[in-house]
Amino acid sequence: MANHSTTSHGMSSNTSHSVTEKSGEPTKYDPGKMIMDHVTDAHDWHLWGEGQDAVSLPLPIILYSSSKGIVCFSSSKFHHGHEAFDGFMINEKGGIQWADENNKEAIIDLSITKNVLAMILGVLTLGFIVTGMAMSYGKNKGRAPKGFHNLVEPLILFIRDDVARASIPKSKADKYLPLLLSIFFFIFTLNLFGLIPIFPGGANVTGNIAITMVLAVIVFLTVNLSANKYYWKHIFLPDVPVWMYVIIIPIEILGVVLKPFVLMLRLFANITAGHIIILGFFSLIFIFGAMKPGLGYAVSPLSVAFTVFMSLLELLVAFLQAFVFTLLTAIYIGSAVEEHHH
Amino acid sequence: MQLVTPAIGLVFWMLVTFSLLLVILKKFAWKPILESIREREQTIEDSLSLAEKTKADMIRLQGENESLLAEARKERDALLKEAREMRDKIVGDAKATADDEAKKLLTRAQEEIEKQKAAAIDELKREVSVLSVQIAEKLMQQQLDNNQAQQAIIEKQLSQLN
Repeated sequence: MANHSTTSHGMSSNTSHSVTEKSGEPTKYDPGKMIMDHVTDAHDWHLWGEGQDAVSLPLPIILYSSSKGIVCFSSSKFHHGHEAFDGFMINEKGGIQWADENNKEAIIDLSITKNVLAMILGVLTLGFIVTGMAMSYGKNKGRAPKGFHNLVEPLILFIRDDVARASIPKSKADKYLPLLLSIFFFIFTLNLFGLIPIFPGGANVTGNIAITMVLAVIVFLTVNLSANKYYWKHIFLPDVPVWMYVIIIPIEILGVVLKPFVLMLRLFANITAGHIIILGFFSLIFIFGAMKPGLGYAVSPLSVAFTVFMSLLELLVAFLQAFVFTLLTAIYIGSAVEEHHH
Repeated sequence: MQLVTPAIGLVFWMLVTFSLLLVILKKFAWKPILESIREREQTIEDSLSLAEKTKADMIRLQGENESLLAEARKERDALLKEAREMRDKIVGDAKATADDEAKKLLTRAQEEIEKQKAAAIDELKREVSVLSVQIAEKLMQQQLDNNQAQQAIIEKQLSQLN
């Protein structure tokens, strides 16, 4: 059971232990670190192998600092974090810092990380599919949809009819449709890519707080910039006795910020949790295997069965979270542009 | 890297990527796709309403045809009835005329016969009177002494008459 406690320890301490730090046991399996390495971003794309034998795809590092300006080099120069390069090094959290510990100058890290690359690949795939679809509409004018259209078109119609037009007043719904469709397909595509265990999938893009934060900020800006006077009146001059304004107005203002904030957290937490659970089930094999190899083999069928089950559930979650994010966005926009007739 | 700290690099690339995605997909994907879908829906709706209209037209035409047919049938029946009546009337008339004619002919024939008969009787009367006169003459010429002889002569004359 010693391994089990290591699991919880590793997970709660947010993974910062590197393998070598573990009291002189370099080969000891640390599920917490493994899982966190998989669900967080990285400067190289780990493909297979462990420790020194690890094979990974090096990614471009782009750094800006006022003293050195823009610096670009391959992440392979760091040799998996064992060496410093050009005065920079990767710290144990995976971030980049000055090799000189005393240098406190800020570094802006604009590297093409694993998540950036995964996002670009996902977006390119999505772009090719839907623009190709758009082009074949021109060729197939007036005919029944066929092939790939039958897969994507129901989703588009679903977003149009059951999300946008159901939540936003009809005359304005179609104006927000490109944004809603883009958000939905972006999240859905990357959720699905995240479920593919091998390159180019597996990156936890939609489970990264930076990604969900940007999406939430876009939603926040869209909602508040398109809000009409009724929306603002509802916040600053609500239909309550004046003395209650002291309570209501701060709550309403908080709500404005809280709505996109919750959007950000929900997507991040759901997708990350899914990845963690699947990885956790796999880790069971190695935890038991470390106790006794036979035990690892014995646990593996159960582990695989659970992982398959979870993956299927995650397929549902991939759609559901994309849908929920889009639906809530549509509802927030709807509440901001709705005309009230008192 | 940290789980809950947004990395500035990822935020930057996400902003760039998503903005590009939004702009490009809006122009090259969503607008043409939504427009095509709208057009197709319009076409389907139009076709359906046209089909509905055509169906209504068909039903109306069928009704019209039916009523036309019924009318035609009624007219035909009326014509047939009229023709039959006409025929009956013509036949009746012809029969009546023929009867009349026959009756007329008959009466005329009877009249003729009566006339002939009267004429014949007159002739006979005249003949008889002539014969009677002749017989009387002959009787007168003979010796009217013998009754028996007289009788014989009358007998003889009468038998000659026959």
